[in-house]
Amino acid sequence: MNKLSPLHDKIYCALSGSAADAQTIAEIVNYQLDVHSTEIGEDPQVRSAATLVRNISYKYKEELSAHLIVAGWDRRDGGQVFATLNGLLTRQPFAIGGSGSSYVYGFVDAEYRRGMSKEECQQFVVNTLSLAMNRDGSSGGVAYIVTIDEQGTEEKVILGNDLPTFVDQ
Amino acid sequence: MEKRCADARVKGVSTGTTILAAIFDGGVVIGSDSRASMGGEYVSSKTINKVIQVHDRIFCCMAGSLADAQAVTKAAKFHLSFHSVQMETPPLVVAAASILRELCYKNKEELQAGFITAGWDKKKGPQVYVVSLGGMLISQPVTIGGSGSTYIYGYVDAKYKPNMSRDECLQFATNALALAMGRDNVSGGVAHLVVITETGAEHVVVPGDKLPKFHDE
Repeated sequence: MNKLSPLHDKIYCALSGSAADAQTIAEIVNYQLDVHSTEIGEDPQVRSAATLVRNISYKYKEELSAHLIVAGWDRRDGGQVFATLNGLLTRQPFAIGGSGSSYVYGFVDAEYRRGMSKEECQQFVVNTLSLAMNRDGSSGGVAYIVTIDEQGTEEKVILGNDLPTFVDQ
Repeated sequence: MEKRCADARVKGVSTGTTILAAIFDGGVVIGSDSRASMGGEYVSSKTINKVIQVHDRIFCCMAGSLADAQAVTKAAKFHLSFHSVQMETPPLVVAAASILRELCYKNKEELQAGFITAGWDKKKGPQVYVVSLGGMLISQPVTIGGSGSTYIYGYVDAKYKPNMSRDECLQFATNALALAMGRDNVSGGVAHLVVITETGAEHVVVPGDKLPKFHDE
């Protein structure tokens, strides 16, 4: 299942938690963002998309069980990542979520550096996903990566056997 | 308010904790954090040492209920010294681990403690054994345990290499403990590390302000 859902040309979100809840939120925000961007006559900001997601997550906090990470590129602030867990909106240099994320907190804390190049960052993301998939029973299969920058959006799928391997006991 | 106090009393003092052990070329590093908490709300000790010496070159780390772990290690120390007097040689690491395992398995209903045993003996060199909550015993080159360990599975998988040098392994262990203490609220304080080799055991204590800092600190 592809857990990366487009909210706009240069804004994507990553779904976790209940798949149904997360997909529904993404579809609603996709629609709201279309309306908003028509109203303002230009591409929406990543912050706007994240705010729309957060509004739904917060309002229906008791009924929903999903965490969406919103990331994208806009002309005003460049590349941005927002976490919307439980209705809190925070901008972060990077964000991880989902059941497999607990296992890689240490790894991402140690390995993330500001100012990485595009290729370094893609490698960092692939390594992180691979380590988490190794340990988490609910994660696995293939890795979907979407890279968004000024030039455009690039979607990539990395199959299981192409993922990096680490020391296995 | 009363309910929360009662919870803490019922749960007792537990070592919500991070422990690890790793084999390097010629020895083994075993380490832990130093926080003891009650009910996850109150830090009852900031500097408790969870690395216990059970023999000259055999140490073990405890996780779970502090009271259970202390009682079990006391009993194990006694059995081990008796065994080593009878055998007239220093005990094997696997002997220490087996004694802990017997105690954990036979009393599995009442106990809630897990151990990592690490040491050096003449027969097999450096070894690490894990005794889990129910009493399973397995040998591994590197192992982590305690509540803080979930956060560093990825880091340990990525960064552990067999046959590291002593200093590399010490740095690896310090980094792993620092990362876990940074994310787990019931792990913290200082990092207690013991390096065990053929020549003996050396304690290294890394106080909180000397722990490695990572990008967001």
